[in-house]
Amino acid sequence: MPGNRPHLTDLSYFPGCSLESSARESNISMMAAAGILGLNLIELEDWNCCGSSSANILDKEIAFSLAVRNLSLAPPDRPLMAMCPRCLYQLREAHQRLQQEPETLRAQERRWGRPISLELPIIHFLEVLVRLGPARLTQGMVRNLNGLKFVPYYGCTLFRPPTLRKGTYYQGELGNVLTMLGGVALNRALSYRCCGSFLSAARADVVTPLVNEILASAVAVGAECLITSCAMCQLNLEIRCTWEPRLPIFHFSEILALALGAEDYEGWFTRHLVDPRPLLQARNLIP
Amino acid sequence: MNPIAPAPDRNLRDAASRIVLAEQDRFLVRDIQRLSGTSLSRCYHCRSCGNGCPFIRGMDFPPNGVIRLVQYGLRRQALESHTIWICVGCHTCSVQCPMGIDIAAVMATLRRLALEEGAMIAETNILDFHREVLHSIKQYGRAHKLGIMLRYKARVRQWFADLDVGLKMFGKRKMDLKASRVKAIGEITRLFIPHWKR
Repeated sequence: MPGNRPHLTDLSYFPGCSLESSARESNISMMAAAGILGLNLIELEDWNCCGSSSANILDKEIAFSLAVRNLSLAPPDRPLMAMCPRCLYQLREAHQRLQQEPETLRAQERRWGRPISLELPIIHFLEVLVRLGPARLTQGMVRNLNGLKFVPYYGCTLFRPPTLRKGTYYQGELGNVLTMLGGVALNRALSYRCCGSFLSAARADVVTPLVNEILASAVAVGAECLITSCAMCQLNLEIRCTWEPRLPIFHFSEILALALGAEDYEGWFTRHLVDPRPLLQARNLIP
Repeated sequence: MNPIAPAPDRNLRDAASRIVLAEQDRFLVRDIQRLSGTSLSRCYHCRSCGNGCPFIRGMDFPPNGVIRLVQYGLRRQALESHTIWICVGCHTCSVQCPMGIDIAAVMATLRRLALEEGAMIAETNILDFHREVLHSIKQYGRAHKLGIMLRYKARVRQWFADLDVGLKMFGKRKMDLKASRVKAIGEITRLFIPHWKR
């Protein structure tokens, strides 16, 4: 379906390691939502890990080169879209450094034997939705979210990093998009609190009280579930919570795809550690 | 009323952070400022960073405490602190800092120096985890969670910690047996070979 902004129909898509494996449900549901909205997502050919936190801590240059390899694989004629906030951050930061250091750019182009576009837009899925506009979303709506009370949980990386201060941010848009589709966003919880990231693996004792605090804040404002923009946050909130009763944690793309009428949701929701189906059944969203 | 008993490690901590003039590294502040690209001398220790930090409970010094160590030139204490490894770089402090100091970048720089100089690493488990992630990236070009966790567990020898979570994730097929791989893996592994050996 050609929109009035034709340059947004074709997008390169960078899934990242989490969406490829542990958060596959997020990947599949996002593809479903994108298909319904008429976006053509073309997975970046032979992409690699963005560098992530670990590579950055041990060796900044390797992390930078890993990110740049992905940039060198992206065709310059369509925007590169990422779903994972950390990947987005790594890719943007590397791109920014290439723009500032022509010498590094040349060295990297020689290393990969491919030209790297300095004009390549690197955007998040949320930004794509905002640019599509509310009309496209409400037209596509099949299931009204029936006043599902949720806390939009952005985590720490999507809007924070100081090196990227100059970029345009779409703060609050996760709530706006889902409110448009009939949900009720509760913004007074710890929406930007860090989920614990990799400490969840090495120092679970530090992460558990944090996650409980985030969930307690959501319960306190009367939320029925949390909707995250980050796959790692979703996992950490699910596995490190010792709070009872446990709130379902959704990927943003799942709820979006559900509202837009995707039918293969059974496969996504069975992959959750906290079964979200009773809640959705109570809201008459799924049979 | 009993007087408040000093915490058991109080004396130890005092000994570790006692300022010995002869051991002070006068150039530490300059080095960290240059490497991190942020100005530490602006810090006036208002403690906003520690107030917002989600991880303060796991730290031995609050973020501004580490900055203080650097300002005093206490190189060893700064590089051997737990704080620099507990920091995940969520940038909460960097955003809250009224002087606009990118504290997360300071922590990253200190971690790098600690590794380069062979300082005693306070949080070996965290470092081991990072090493396994990087190993996976070197091998497959992508992070393979099951492989990372198995190798990490073997390294720290804590097979039973978190076993329940691991099994649950495995049961929900959140950890794949087979790693997703980059086809042109040579391009990735070459990054890990020093340039004079390529």
